[in-house]
Amino acid sequence: MSTTTAGNGKAAALPTYTKKDFESGVDPRWCPGCGDFSIINQVQKLLPSVGVARENIVFISGIGCSSRFPYYMNNFGMHTLHGRAPSFASGLKLSRPELQVWVITGDGDALAIGGNHFIHTMRRNMDLKVIMFNNRIYGLTKGQVSPTSVLGQKTKTTPYGSADYPFNPPALAIGAGATFVARSVDLEGAHMGAVLKQAADHRGSTYVEVYQNCPVFNDGAYTFMTEKAVKADAQLRMEDGKPLLFGKDNKKGIRFNAQSAELEVVTVGENGVTEKDILVHNPRREDPTIAFMLANLSTRAGFPTPIGVFRNVEQPTCDDLNWQQINATKQKKGDVPLRKFLLGNDTWEVK
Amino acid sequence: MSSQTTTGKTRPVEQVDSVTIRFVGDSGDGMQLTGTEFTKASALAGNDLATFPDFPAEIRAPAGSLAGVSGYQVHFGGKTVHTPGDMPDVLVAMNPAALKTNLHDLRAGGMLIVNTGAFIDSNLEKAGYKSNPLDDDALKKNYKVVQVDMNKLTEIALSGMGLSSKEVARSKNYFALGMLYWLYNRPIEPQIESIRAKFAKKPQFAEPNIKVFQAGHAFGETSELFLSQYRVPAAKLKPGTYRNITGNGATALGIAAVAKLSGRQCFLGSYPITPATEILQDASYYKEMNVVTYQAEDEIAGIGSAIGASFGGAIAWTTTSGPGLALKSEMSGLAVIMELPLVIVNVQRGGPSTGMPTKTEQADLLFTLFGRHGEAPLPVIAARSPGDCFYAAIEAARVAVKWMTPVVLLTDGYLGFGSEPFRVPEDGELAPIQVKYQTKPNYEGDKYMPYLRDEKLIRPWAVPGTAGLEHRVGGLEKDSLSGMVSYDGMNHEKMVKTRAQKVANVIEDVPDAVVDGAQSGDMLLVSWGGTYGSVKGAAERLVEQGKKVGHVHLRWINPLPKNLGAVLKNFKKVMVPEVNDGQLAFYLRAKFPGVDPLQFNRINGKALKISELTAKVLELLG
Ligand SMILES: Cc1ncc(C[n+]2csc(CCOP(=O)(O)OP(=O)(O)O)c2C)c(N)n1
Ligand code: SF4
Ligand SMILES: [Mg+2]
Repeated sequence: MSTTTAGNGKAAALPTYTKKDFESGVDPRWCPGCGDFSIINQVQKLLPSVGVARENIVFISGIGCSSRFPYYMNNFGMHTLHGRAPSFASGLKLSRPELQVWVITGDGDALAIGGNHFIHTMRRNMDLKVIMFNNRIYGLTKGQVSPTSVLGQKTKTTPYGSADYPFNPPALAIGAGATFVARSVDLEGAHMGAVLKQAADHRGSTYVEVYQNCPVFNDGAYTFMTEKAVKADAQLRMEDGKPLLFGKDNKKGIRFNAQSAELEVVTVGENGVTEKDILVHNPRREDPTIAFMLANLSTRAGFPTPIGVFRNVEQPTCDDLNWQQINATKQKKGDVPLRKFLLGNDTWEVK
Repeated sequence: MSSQTTTGKTRPVEQVDSVTIRFVGDSGDGMQLTGTEFTKASALAGNDLATFPDFPAEIRAPAGSLAGVSGYQVHFGGKTVHTPGDMPDVLVAMNPAALKTNLHDLRAGGMLIVNTGAFIDSNLEKAGYKSNPLDDDALKKNYKVVQVDMNKLTEIALSGMGLSSKEVARSKNYFALGMLYWLYNRPIEPQIESIRAKFAKKPQFAEPNIKVFQAGHAFGETSELFLSQYRVPAAKLKPGTYRNITGNGATALGIAAVAKLSGRQCFLGSYPITPATEILQDASYYKEMNVVTYQAEDEIAGIGSAIGASFGGAIAWTTTSGPGLALKSEMSGLAVIMELPLVIVNVQRGGPSTGMPTKTEQADLLFTLFGRHGEAPLPVIAARSPGDCFYAAIEAARVAVKWMTPVVLLTDGYLGFGSEPFRVPEDGELAPIQVKYQTKPNYEGDKYMPYLRDEKLIRPWAVPGTAGLEHRVGGLEKDSLSGMVSYDGMNHEKMVKTRAQKVANVIEDVPDAVVDGAQSGDMLLVSWGGTYGSVKGAAERLVEQGKKVGHVHLRWINPLPKNLGAVLKNFKKVMVPEVNDGQLAFYLRAKFPGVDPLQFNRINGKALKISELTAKVLELLG
């Protein structure tokens, strides 16, 4: 037994947990090689260090391969309806603000059928931690197009290639008002672990997109940025306080062109570019514009795909604001007896 | 009071059992206010009463138009008043459009009080009158017509007070109110107090309105247009402290009462929809009572948030009307399979689709009973009057929590908007609600099995924060013990049967059906929900006329009372009056083979009329 500090600033003696304490003992039924294994592995590794008692952590999911997740966690959990996980999580968090509530969802779950719940959850800044497993396909229903499938992607329902444009999920989350937005990759365990740790520490609407390979229905969706040969040039690792440099020898960088008001790729040492010209990453900017621009790089030819934390700002949370009102009203009115409450202020007597 | 001289001539005072008055005017004429103020005065005079507002679906229909007519009906009496009244005895019409849309409801020989000041050409045209209907001799033949230029008299009363013509026009409803106070012998002091209180923040408007009110009262007394005054004796009501209450207001109070009676948080996740919105609005104020409200992004998220809160141990609610109930269908099934307590309140309105949002209907009964995919039974209770919404809400929550099940509470627009005096329960009249959470392992020493049931088939409720009882619930069929996913066909069949049996077991909390009137005989009237008052009223009339007619009212629709089958068989005929096309009748035929109820159906957006139903039964009895 050692003592750590629980979430929400409350000090309490917590048992020392190990990863095993968060495994339910039910063997995951994902296909061999599925990226979901790596994600659950990182989450189970993370939880002993978040400082919240196991019984106060809840996992809530929708429907999809990814949404089987809560069954494999040894926490309180709900496996709910397709697209609706954020609504259960919002009710639970508002009702029981002391709980740490995680939402596990897929790209179809969060952004197609659940798109409306998703944007509202982000804008409210309810203290919920949403991890979206993005395999750019409907896995559970065996391979149909999803709102993150790329233009032209062949799936069972788009045999000639998808003819609609995908969402860029972090850009959507930033646009909807999320206060924490990040991206990681199933194959980058350490990176994902660090991102999830920050997500756990953040209070407010927290969105983490994980690029997840589905070897069965959309294999290789992310090789364009995970293959050894291309990785260095294709990934932009955003780190707080550091210049946005990438490339084999870390000489390429992102510069903000004040004339065109655009981000551009430059090379340090060429055309008089020095490291000072490179944009320094700062996810704590109040104004989401730069974060939004960074999020949109991944859809632009010739640009690397950013991973890491796009945005991480503190704002009063929806649950806190609600409870401030509730507590203030309780304090002002005191303990009102039921009869007094029911009487209201306009009564008459019948003898 | 201005300088008018009183004639001093006193009019005879007639005593009447009960009176129905309908105030109608343009949306901007303040008829809802006039109606509620007169209602309050009747309540203070000890009358039993029931009211119903009737307002346009459009927020701001053009002034003077037929679509912009707003009304308020109050029925008050010296005996028990069951409904807001079939037909008004008195119609107060503030403009031609109001007359046009309401005159046909006025009882033959009834009193028509019209504001002649509004019967100008432009208004007549907007109402579609080719000539002034007040010049029509038939009108005077059929009704006691009292023509008063309220516009002008209000103007005179306020002359020299420096008010704009708009402000003057807005006061004329107080003139009408003043006249009715005189006509029904109400003391004027409480009303003057009430106006002062209402304008406490804008005292400059209090005096003019009081003046107009007094002018109306004096006019009644002096004008000799009224041949007599009326008195309605006090009713014999159960002693206690009373307040006026609408059905939606009562449901909201019920939610707060449940929080207090259980010592637990009540969580309401909802989305605005007519005619249910007021419940969410009212409950949003009840924070000190431990009610947490959440206006979600849609009805699905509303019930979802409630189920989430229920998983967390709150007593959870969601409130809606037909279109919203349809959206909640998948979620309701989830609550059934998870076996979490939840109360779904459906304030029914005219359907299908957007239908008639502000009009009442009882056409969601079968949808409520069967409107979920798969085998998904749940208990269904229906409130019978505005005040009963309070008790039905408490009962629904009691059953939901005890039996770990979603429960649907059906009310309707007629109950939700309607109002009646509500006797506030004394301390101790309401039993506490027991809520027990599982706190210890329940299996093989240290294990927790979330679907291990007690002898009534109720599963335990273990909430997050309880160390050692971590478990998962979900929408996939679950193993009958551990709750883990199971695709075993035999397990599924067992679970389907078990869930159904559990809901059937709720019958232990369903009181036996009680028959009023004849206990056996020629005809049994069976009502449910909001038609209670109308059917009760009709049954009383029929019994008074010596007919062998009984009345049974169903509060729980699922499960039905144990003795209902036997009760139905005690009568030669069974009739089900409903504001739908025969849904309870259909259900009873299925439940009690051999019983084939006659139907009496109106689907016109209104409550059943006692007179129509009585006439129909008399005709059938021959
Ligand atoms: C209301 C409803 N519609 C459709 C489905 C079928 N369905 C189940 S999962 C799914 C898509 C899952 O895709 P995604 O969210 O990307 O999750 P993945 O399986 O890829 O992890 C669909 C369409 C459902 N379960 N419920
Ligand atoms: S179908 Fe794809 S996403 Fe689903 S479990 Fe298999 S590999 Fe994973
Ligand atoms: Mg997917």
